[in-house]
Amino acid sequence: MHKIFLIIKREYLTRVRKKSFLVMTILGPLMMAAIVVVPIFLATRGNELKTVAVIDQTGVFFEKFKDTDNIKFHYLASDIASAKSSFRKSGDYALLFIPKTEVSIPTNAILYGESNVSINIISYIRNVMTKQVEDMKLEAKLRDLQTDKKNPLNVEDILRSVKTTIDVNTIKITDEGKEEKSYTEISMVLGMFAGILIYFFIFMFGSQVMRGVIEEKTNRIIEVIISSVKPFELMMGKIVGVGMVGLTQFLLWVILTFGIVTVVTSTFVGKGTSKHTAEQTILQNAAKYNPDNLPLASAAPVKKSQNEGVNAVFEALDSVNFPVMIGAFIFFFIFGYLMYGSLFAAIGGAVDSEADTQQFMLPITVPLILSMVMAQFFIQDPTGQVAFWFSVFPLTSPVAMMIRIPFGVPYWQVALSMGMLVLTFLGTTWMAAKIYRTGILMYGKKVSYKELWKWLRY
Amino acid sequence: MDIFSAQNISKQFSLHKALDQVSIAIPEGSIFGLLGPNGAGKTTFIRIINQIIAPDEGKLFYNGRELQPNDIYNIGYLPEERGLYKKMTVGEQAMYLAQLKGLSKQEAQRRLIYWFEKFEMKSWWNKKVEELSKGMQQKVQFLITIIHEPKLLIFDEPFSGFDPINASMLKDEIIAQKDKGATVIFSTHNMASVEELCDHIALINNARVVLDGPVRDIKKTYKTNTFEVAFNSFNGRLESILPSAFKIIKEWNDHELRLANIQIPADTIPNNLISALLPVVTIHSFIELIPSMNDIFIRVVTEKKSEPVLL
Repeated sequence: MHKIFLIIKREYLTRVRKKSFLVMTILGPLMMAAIVVVPIFLATRGNELKTVAVIDQTGVFFEKFKDTDNIKFHYLASDIASAKSSFRKSGDYALLFIPKTEVSIPTNAILYGESNVSINIISYIRNVMTKQVEDMKLEAKLRDLQTDKKNPLNVEDILRSVKTTIDVNTIKITDEGKEEKSYTEISMVLGMFAGILIYFFIFMFGSQVMRGVIEEKTNRIIEVIISSVKPFELMMGKIVGVGMVGLTQFLLWVILTFGIVTVVTSTFVGKGTSKHTAEQTILQNAAKYNPDNLPLASAAPVKKSQNEGVNAVFEALDSVNFPVMIGAFIFFFIFGYLMYGSLFAAIGGAVDSEADTQQFMLPITVPLILSMVMAQFFIQDPTGQVAFWFSVFPLTSPVAMMIRIPFGVPYWQVALSMGMLVLTFLGTTWMAAKIYRTGILMYGKKVSYKELWKWLRY
Repeated sequence: MDIFSAQNISKQFSLHKALDQVSIAIPEGSIFGLLGPNGAGKTTFIRIINQIIAPDEGKLFYNGRELQPNDIYNIGYLPEERGLYKKMTVGEQAMYLAQLKGLSKQEAQRRLIYWFEKFEMKSWWNKKVEELSKGMQQKVQFLITIIHEPKLLIFDEPFSGFDPINASMLKDEIIAQKDKGATVIFSTHNMASVEELCDHIALINNARVVLDGPVRDIKKTYKTNTFEVAFNSFNGRLESILPSAFKIIKEWNDHELRLANIQIPADTIPNNLISALLPVVTIHSFIELIPSMNDIFIRVVTEKKSEPVLL
C-alpha cells in the first residue's frame, strides 16, 4: 500500500506541476464561465419587444401572462391548426399552446417558434404557469384543511403536494411549414455540456495514462521500477494518480467557474437580482390562508425583480439539480475513466511508441465517439430505447448517461448503469493488468491482436 | 553457504523455451558471472530472480529458505535496458526510486546525500535527467541500484555506455560492494571483465546451463597442456629433438627469437619438455597457455553437442 501511494504521488505531482496543467486550469473556467455568462449577457441586452400569441384551451391562464418590458402577450381565440398556419404571417415571435387536459390541472404546454425560442421566454412562461398551478393546488389544499380541522397543518406536506413541474416543449416551425422539435432547454444544454466534458476528460486523461506507460517503456525505466513494485501496482498507481489530476482539474474548474460567474454577474448585472423561489411564494400564500394566523415562516417580502431576463436564466439553472449532476458526473467520470484508463494503459504496455497505438485505439475510441455522435438522439428522446441501451452499455454509458441525467432518469436505470460500469471496470482492469505486465517487458516487437489474446492467458 | 539458488527452473514463452531445468547456486560473497550468447535465457533468469516474472516450474531459495516477495528489498538490480524519467530532477527521482526500495524518506535522503557527495554529483541534484550526459545518467542509475544496501546485486551488462575512466570506477565500486559483504551477479558478454572480476560463472546456452563452477576450476578443466617456449634461433627441426608424443601446434619467428606452442601428453610433466629442449637451445621463456574465458566460451557454445560440464 505504501508503494502504490508513492507511485500515485509521483504521477500526481509531476503532472500538476506542469505548465500545461496551469494553463488548462485557467482556460477551462474561462470557457465554461463564458457559456454561462454570455446567455445572461444576451438576456440583459435583448430589449427588443417580442410578442407571444397564446391559445389557452384550459382557460386557467387567461390574463395570467402579464406583459413585461420585452415580452408582450396576446390571446387568440382561434384553434391551434389555423393559428399555426397563419403563424408565419402574423409577425409573432412565438405561439404558446396550452392544450386542454382531462384532469383539471394542466402541466404542459407547447411553444411554437420560427427559430429557437429564447430561454428567458420559456422560463418566464414556465414560471407563470407553475405559480398559477401551484396557487390552484394550494388553494384546494387549504380549503380541504379548513373543512377538516382535525388534521394539523403540516407545511412540509403541503409543500410536497403542491410542488409542480411544468413541461414546456418547444417546436420549431420551419420555412417549409414542417415542425421540428427544438431544444433550447437548459437540460439539453447541460446534458450536452456534461456529455462533452466527460468525453473530453476520459479521452484526455486516458491518453495521458497511455502516454505515461509508453514514456516509461521508451525511457527504459520500467524494468528498474518493476524490480521494486508489482506491475499491477505501477499500473494502478499511474491510473489513479492521473485520475486524481483529472478530478483536481474538474473541481478547480467548478470552483473557478462559479467564482467567475458570480463576480461577472454581480458587476455587470448588479442590483436587484433577488431570487424568487417557489417555496417563498407558497409560504406567503399559505400564511394568507392560515386560519389561525400561525407564523409559518418568516417569509421575507419578495422584491420584484428589476431584471427579468437574468432571473429567467438563474431560475432555469435553479431547476437543475446541481448536486445530483455533479455527483453523477464525478461517479461516471471516475469509473468511466478507470475503465478506459485501464484499457489505455494496456495499449501503452503493448506498444513501443505512440505511432503504433493506432490499431488498438480504434476499438476503444469507437464507442466513445459513437456515444457523442448519438448525443442528438439521446436528447430527442431521452427515455427511448436507444438512449437506454447506450446509457447502460458500459463503454458508452458515461457519456450517454451524463447527457440523459438533466432530463431525469429513473433511479433503477442509473443504478443499473452504475453497476454495469463498475463490473466492467473490474473486468477491464483484470485484462489490462495481464496485457500490461507482459507488454512492458517487450521491446521492438509489433504486437498483434492474436498476441494480446495469448498474453491474456499466460 | 549459497545466498541464492535456483532449482530446476523452467520457463516457456508460448513456443519458445527460455529456460529448461536451470539449476544455479550462487555462493555468498562471490562475484558470479552469468554468461551466455544472446537469447540464451540470461535476462529471463535475472527477471525470475527479481520476481518480475514467475517461473513455470522449479524453486528459488534466498539464504536457504524459499524466496519471498519481500526479498526484493535485499536485491539491487541494474537492468541492461535501463533509463530514468527524463523530465524529473535527479534528486527527486533518486528519492522516489530509493523509497520504492523500502527506504524511509529521511533514510533515503541521508544516504543519497552521502553518495552524491562521494561521487561528486551534488550539483546534479536539481538538474533534470535530460540535462545529464549518458555517463552521468549511468552513474545515477548505479547509485540507485545500491542505495538500499542490498545483499544481492545484479548487474546486467553494467559497463555498456561507460567510458574507460567511469568503467574502472564502476569496477572498483563493484569490488568495494563485494568487500562490504554483498554478492554480485554479473551478466555480460565482455569476457575480459569476467576474467578480471568473477569467482564463479555459469554459462547458459539454449536455455540450459552448460558450464558452471569456480573460474579457476573451469580453466583447469579446459587447459590443454600447451606451452609457449621462446628460444634462440635454432637451425634444426624442432620435431627431431622432441619425443614423438609431443605435438608442435605452431612455430614462428619473432625478431631474434623463435617461438613455438607445444602440446605435451596429459601424463607427462612440463619438465620433460624442458629437458628435451635444454641440450639444444637456450630457453628465454616458458609459459603454460591457460585458455581465456573467451576461448572457453566460444568452445562451449560452438560445440555441437554441448554436454553439461559440471564441476
